[in-house]
Amino acid sequence: MAKPANTDPAEWVDRYGDYLFRYAMVRLRDRSTAEDLVQETFLAALKDYGSFTGKSSESTWLVGILKHKIIDHFRHQAREAPLGENDLREHPDPSSFDGSGHWTSGPADWGGNPADLYREKKFLDQLAKCLSGLSPNHANAFTLREIEGADTGEICKVLNVTETNLWVILHRARMLLRRCLEANWFEKSSKKGS
Amino acid sequence: MLSCKDVTQLLSEAMDASLPIGKRIGVRLHLLICKFCLRYKRQLLLIRETARRLAAIETTPGLPAGDALSADARERIRKSLATP
Repeated sequence: MAKPANTDPAEWVDRYGDYLFRYAMVRLRDRSTAEDLVQETFLAALKDYGSFTGKSSESTWLVGILKHKIIDHFRHQAREAPLGENDLREHPDPSSFDGSGHWTSGPADWGGNPADLYREKKFLDQLAKCLSGLSPNHANAFTLREIEGADTGEICKVLNVTETNLWVILHRARMLLRRCLEANWFEKSSKKGS
Repeated sequence: MLSCKDVTQLLSEAMDASLPIGKRIGVRLHLLICKFCLRYKRQLLLIRETARRLAAIETTPGLPAGDALSADARERIRKSLATP
């Protein structure tokens, strides 16, 4: 069997640097943290180069290392700033509901064909922006669940929370993201249209 | 009887775990008569789709669009790789 053609580590930065950086940025939302973790990934890969079997592609191998680093970073962040009272208060937006729990004004109609929206690059960027506006615990929980596709058991371990607390966090994160998108995307675009 | 506030919480929970049958039926009945909660549910699903799409598009190798490492970071990483 032919030996897989591995690249010289000196070429890694040019070949995979931006790719790994984008992967990290989507999940970490912070340039300098993303750059640091990309650097650590390359260094770990260099140290471990002998164990790279070529069973997966080089980029898959590197992303695997980066993924571990990102999850370690989340774990570390959760330890540094554990959940506060604020993260768990059930309703981030109490004015949405009246005393008996009915909607006061209700979610707006997002119009058009919402299913097409997620293909729009600008809408993706707006979601990323709204995500950066959440507290790290909320944003990291959402990222692990919806971007990484992790199951709740894994996320509880990384963030060191109970399952019940995680549901509250995810509920809050989704509600805040929905409100942020409505305020920054739909209201703007409906004004643009008029 | 579930309120809209209860239902929004259960809708989120149902995206992460399966609800017990009683709650599942309660939510389903509520959605038949409440257009706001139905809309809320659709918007949460759209947000999920968008997050997945975000992960996929930013990491398609070879796509020139999007963020890149800054020149400084590139240089720093290159140096650290040369002198480990």
